[in-house]
Amino acid sequence: MKRHTVRELQDMIADQSVSSDEVYQLYLNRIKAMNDSINAFISIESDETSSGTEENDSEIKGVPYALKDIFCSEGDKTTCGSKMLSNFVSPYDATVVKNLRKKGTIILGKTNMDEFAMGSSNETSFYGNVLNPWDTERTPGGSSGGSAAAVAAGMAPIALGTDTGGSIRQPAALTGITGLKPTYGRCSRYGMIAFASSLDQAGILSISAEDAAIFLEHMAGYDHKDSTSSMEEVPKYTEFLNDNLSGKVVGLPKEFFDGSLDSKYQGLVSDSIHEYEKMGIKFKDISLPNIKYSVPTYYVVAPAECSSNLARYDGVRFGHRSSDDSDLDAFYKKTRKEGFGQEVKRRIITGTYVLSAGYYDAYYLKAQKVRQLINQDFLNAFKEVDVIMGPTTQQSAFKLGEKVDDPVSMYMNDIYTISSNLSGVPAISHPIGFVDDLPFGMQVIAPHFMEHDLLNIVHKYQMVTDWHLQIPGICRELDR
Amino acid sequence: MSWETVIGLEIHVQLDTNSKIFSGASTSYGSEQNTNTSLVDLGYPGVLPVLNKDAVMMAIKFGLAINAEISRRSIFARKNYFYPDLPKGYQISQLELPIVQGGSLEIQLNDGTKKEVGITRAHLEEDAGKSIHDKFSNQTAIDLNRAGTPLLEIVSEPDIRSAEEASSYMQKIHQLVRYLKISDGNMQEGSFRCDANVSVRPFGQTEFGTRTEVKNINSFRFVENAINHEVERQIDRLENGDHIIQETRLYDPDKDETRPMRSKEEANDYRYFPDPDLLPLEIDQETIDKIAQSLPELFDEKVTRYIEALSIKQSDAEEIARNMQIAEYFEATLDHFSNDAQMVSNWILSEVIGVLNRENIEINTFQIKPKRLASLLSRVDDNTISSKIAKNLFNQMLTSADSADELIKQQGLEQITDEDSINKIVVEVLNEFSDQKDQYLEGKEQILGFLVGQVMQRTQGKANPRLVNELIIRQIKK
Repeated sequence: MKRHTVRELQDMIADQSVSSDEVYQLYLNRIKAMNDSINAFISIESDETSSGTEENDSEIKGVPYALKDIFCSEGDKTTCGSKMLSNFVSPYDATVVKNLRKKGTIILGKTNMDEFAMGSSNETSFYGNVLNPWDTERTPGGSSGGSAAAVAAGMAPIALGTDTGGSIRQPAALTGITGLKPTYGRCSRYGMIAFASSLDQAGILSISAEDAAIFLEHMAGYDHKDSTSSMEEVPKYTEFLNDNLSGKVVGLPKEFFDGSLDSKYQGLVSDSIHEYEKMGIKFKDISLPNIKYSVPTYYVVAPAECSSNLARYDGVRFGHRSSDDSDLDAFYKKTRKEGFGQEVKRRIITGTYVLSAGYYDAYYLKAQKVRQLINQDFLNAFKEVDVIMGPTTQQSAFKLGEKVDDPVSMYMNDIYTISSNLSGVPAISHPIGFVDDLPFGMQVIAPHFMEHDLLNIVHKYQMVTDWHLQIPGICRELDR
Repeated sequence: MSWETVIGLEIHVQLDTNSKIFSGASTSYGSEQNTNTSLVDLGYPGVLPVLNKDAVMMAIKFGLAINAEISRRSIFARKNYFYPDLPKGYQISQLELPIVQGGSLEIQLNDGTKKEVGITRAHLEEDAGKSIHDKFSNQTAIDLNRAGTPLLEIVSEPDIRSAEEASSYMQKIHQLVRYLKISDGNMQEGSFRCDANVSVRPFGQTEFGTRTEVKNINSFRFVENAINHEVERQIDRLENGDHIIQETRLYDPDKDETRPMRSKEEANDYRYFPDPDLLPLEIDQETIDKIAQSLPELFDEKVTRYIEALSIKQSDAEEIARNMQIAEYFEATLDHFSNDAQMVSNWILSEVIGVLNRENIEINTFQIKPKRLASLLSRVDDNTISSKIAKNLFNQMLTSADSADELIKQQGLEQITDEDSINKIVVEVLNEFSDQKDQYLEGKEQILGFLVGQVMQRTQGKANPRLVNELIIRQIKK
């Protein structure tokens, strides 16, 4: 089996060696053949067409993609990985979905995810674990685990995900693909089911940085329906891909290289740094002194926002509704007890606690102050360096069930990724090699709205390496 | 012991925007249930609020009119609680940094004394929907048409000392929001509602007593009744050695009593925090200046102008200006007839308002538009008709579309001002009532009215009464 990039599909459709219908069918067949063993999709959209295209000359017309089930798409079941929304059919399109629909792209299906995007292993999904195509006993990461696994296994050429604390970059790293979290405000959040509003951002899981550049251009932009979306102009990302990297300065935060990374991973990081040095990039040690507070800060801010964002799931207007309506309190309690899973409940309770009278100042307000300091760390660092690099995760894919009963150890999965959400800066993870046949990823972080720099850097790396093109064994078995 | 009452009012004013504060849905009243609702009002997954600029402009207008500070930066916060008519599970409101801070308003009491009431703050928030408990047995229906309607919550300082002051303050705010055209102030439809924080303390004590919050007050009469009852209840308790429980009480206008709703101690912890879906609201000085320049003439300025420039009696000027729509009607009438502003004022205060009260309608649906009234009054002013006939015509004009001139012509009502023809009738009358003539000559001057009446009767009221008077006296004294 061959995995096609978006770029390749564009060329194939353009020179008419294949029709967009054939491309769509090819992927549907792969999904049907593989989804039972990977569980990447919650629902498969087998009757989509690109006929509604407003722009017939769109460069991505006919390109199919997988959509994380956190994005509302009109007429489609949109579950957010939760029993609470297992019967919810969205009456509208999220803005990013609408943007892509206008360009003639086709939704292959809605991908599995941690419930309400709360999780780092896809084990909190009401629809069961997603299995890592590289080793089906292992997690693909989360929360965009379904999107990552779908792209890694060739069930979709590209997928949309969301990243609140690492939910695109961590699964991309664990499945050997490229994952871009754009700047907060770069893509509209309208129609993206909220987890933590000040941290959530839509992004892309793809084989290559080039594909991410192609898609981001069409997805991003100001949306009057999202007051937090940015009016900053969207550049043509593809035009920056081949810029010369010579003279660029990359910061290596000592906090990311504190010796806690296992030496087998450290080796891969050093190799990739060496590769970048060959392109004329200079490396410099820097410090992000407050970054050590990222995880605790995040686990105050995100649950606080989620406790409020998820209050609307009360069984009154849509979604799961308890049959016990003997009185209002019982109805609320039963509906939410039955509809939400354990991790979601844990975070709602945490968030309710940190916002409560008497605790607000000590937790929420303090966390907001620390968040400012973390942001300031990045702003200071970017006075000296163009981008920052480090490992995306502390380890490659772990076994399913390994951390599910240890929330703190699970939360530490996002130790390198969370700070960019707190600060809002864009970041990308790309594969840099394998340890014990499992992929490992490196993260690049840029100043606000410098996605084109990230895509340029990773694209140049992917021009001289082929880690991103490696295909899991399970895909080869399919051919036999 | 003698007690002092301390009152602070929270007034909720529905702002008269076309669409809701965070969505594009209509705010019109009386639509079929759940039709003025967008996905945002329904709290659907993934939707986001977008602030309505008109609501912001209206809040600024109000702030400027009470000489308050307009916050250059204000924050929307979420007030979290569960209720079926609150779709998101939180209300978007303002807690810290409201849009309007620190203003004041002068009120006037019945005895003419004036008093300044401080206004702590006014903030923007969204209204909830309605729970309807009496439509289906054992079930509650939800109507979300009102959910997301913009409200301005105006919080006074505890400066109010009596039910009368409270009512006067509430009326003054009501008048102001209608003058500013930021609310229709319709209390039946719930566009203007009030909660009162009430406490009592022994005279001379500086600390406040424990307060209760009385909710659900939607008329000026109720605010007085509710406060009087609550004050009486509190004093009774204190004088019996009981203490006051800090609680929310509901005013029941049917039973004319307040009763406890829920105790504050067990009340919700609303877990306010800044809404991450909305950026801080930044208002620049230019916007504030622009709105300041566009503020309409307010009550006090209007009254002064009526007295000084139009020479109207003070009590009448205040009466006219009390209701801005009446004042607009008055001024529009003057645009067409400006000879005698006092006469216009008299007619509006007696005849026009008489009809409004009798038919229970608002001035904007009153049948006789300012131009028609002006033409009627012009004919009185130029002596074409007497005021008595004018009043008769006024009543006809309520059901007829004809102008005063058309009616006068149709009915031949022009006043008789020709001395000779009036004199003929005067002579006739004096001959017939020679006894009365003699009485007048003997000094019983009141009898003149009878004689005038006789003449008027014989001319179907068309003779100029002033002239009739003159001519009778002249004839008698001949």
